[in-house]
Amino acid sequence: MFSVQTFGDTGKMKDYHYTGPVEHRFSPYAFNGGTVLAVAGEDFAIVASDTRLSEGYSIHSRDSPKCYKLTDTTVIGCSGFHGDCLTLTKIIDARLKMYKHSNNKTMTSGAIAAMLSTILYGRRFFPYYVYNIIGGLDEEGKGAVYSFDPVGSYQRDTYKAGGSASAMLQPLLDNQIGFKNMEGVQHVPLTQDKAVQLVKDVFISAAERDVYTGDALRVCIITKEGIDEQTVALRKD
Amino acid sequence: MFFSFLRNAVLEGEANKVGCSLPAARKTGTTICGVVFKDGVVLGADTRATEGMVVADKNCSKIHYISPNIYCCGAGTAADTEMTTQIISSNLELHSLSTGRLPRVATANRMLKQMLFRYQGYIGAALVLGGVDCNGPHLYSIYPHGSTDKLPYVTMEVASLSSDWFLCSSCSGSGSLAAMAVFEDRYKPNMEEEEAKRLVRDAIAAGIFNDLGSGSNIDLCVITKGKVDYIRPHDEANKKGVRYKSSFLEGRTGDYKYKRGTTGVLSKTVLDLEVVEETVQTMDTS
Repeated sequence: MFSVQTFGDTGKMKDYHYTGPVEHRFSPYAFNGGTVLAVAGEDFAIVASDTRLSEGYSIHSRDSPKCYKLTDTTVIGCSGFHGDCLTLTKIIDARLKMYKHSNNKTMTSGAIAAMLSTILYGRRFFPYYVYNIIGGLDEEGKGAVYSFDPVGSYQRDTYKAGGSASAMLQPLLDNQIGFKNMEGVQHVPLTQDKAVQLVKDVFISAAERDVYTGDALRVCIITKEGIDEQTVALRKD
Repeated sequence: MFFSFLRNAVLEGEANKVGCSLPAARKTGTTICGVVFKDGVVLGADTRATEGMVVADKNCSKIHYISPNIYCCGAGTAADTEMTTQIISSNLELHSLSTGRLPRVATANRMLKQMLFRYQGYIGAALVLGGVDCNGPHLYSIYPHGSTDKLPYVTMEVASLSSDWFLCSSCSGSGSLAAMAVFEDRYKPNMEEEEAKRLVRDAIAAGIFNDLGSGSNIDLCVITKGKVDYIRPHDEANKKGVRYKSSFLEGRTGDYKYKRGTTGVLSKTVLDLEVVEETVQTMDTS
């Protein structure tokens, strides 16, 4: 705030006037950056995230992936406030164990998604500052992607991007996977290799323009054989 | 004194009342620095310009020309650094023609600080000014409100150097702490040109990799008596990743080009222009 010295009627200088002491409130949230992406195919699902953890203009870590393995057929990607990401994944792991012990079976992807929605809404008035995307195989073995907002609204998708570079990635995926805004193009179903290649290319582009995305890319490919992890280097600046 | 800031504050208030906001100026994020060495000065800068936390320009030039023997690195609002350096460069050229002499760095410093002070900090330009003139190599850092610091001329007397050595380098911008850390560790007075270039390159690299507001390449400008080496880029520290070629795919290897006709044309209207009159006027090209 700038202050102005003014002259009063008598010609003497008036006192400074300013807006008064400014109270700085403590904020319980921080933004730690990161981008997550999930794609569902015919018999596979891919969850990918960058591995940069940042705050303000600094980098906390270049090797902090945002994909967390929940079961043999489900991976969740969490980006936003890292403190809430860690707590949320701990809570989900505990609830998975409880379900397994009471019902004697592993939770399915759809069930995990429904449960996460209730966990998030339980904190409707002090939300988890986390953008979640679940990727996995449904009961029929087909790929499934569920995307969430911070307070638990969710839907099943074919593909979804979340996190800091989501606005850059989502239109590209709409075009390449959803064939939007293209005429006369054959709607070829997405193969696993083409999907992995697309995910890698798309993150290379996101790292160019988003300062929070970079360092490395972790890709988790979920098939009925299991979960395969790949790491790819990205720009480090 | 100027008073446009009052008008701007009123305009911003009125814009906010109807729910809009005035366009935000693009900032350069930035790491810039300069070092005085044995025969002159080395200026260095990164090449990323940001708009919020999105990269607006991946390869912008932050080392600006002031005069044949003086260059200036700029951090802060991109338009402000560009226009300020151009205005002073123009005025300095006229001044130099009037005096009949090569311009001095102190003159450029005085002109810059007087202009920035007049605008009371509203011109967001933080500059590192360096050059070589008849009095030797000089390095100044200039802040948006108009204050300047002079990093001393390196003399041959060791006594004056030992207390002032840490002032012979200057950093500015959001990545300046990372760059200054490198300087504080490795700077020594009277370096050779190659050593000074290595030091500046490493300082900018520290900013590029550890600061999110800086990135891409490293530009250098080496100014010595009678010679200027504008090296752009000196180091392409970050290249765009190569799009993937999967061994399982034939043909499509990360190529996202559209075939002709993919973008749908909804309607087409052709307006024929009717030629009413045609005249030819010759231009004097002598």
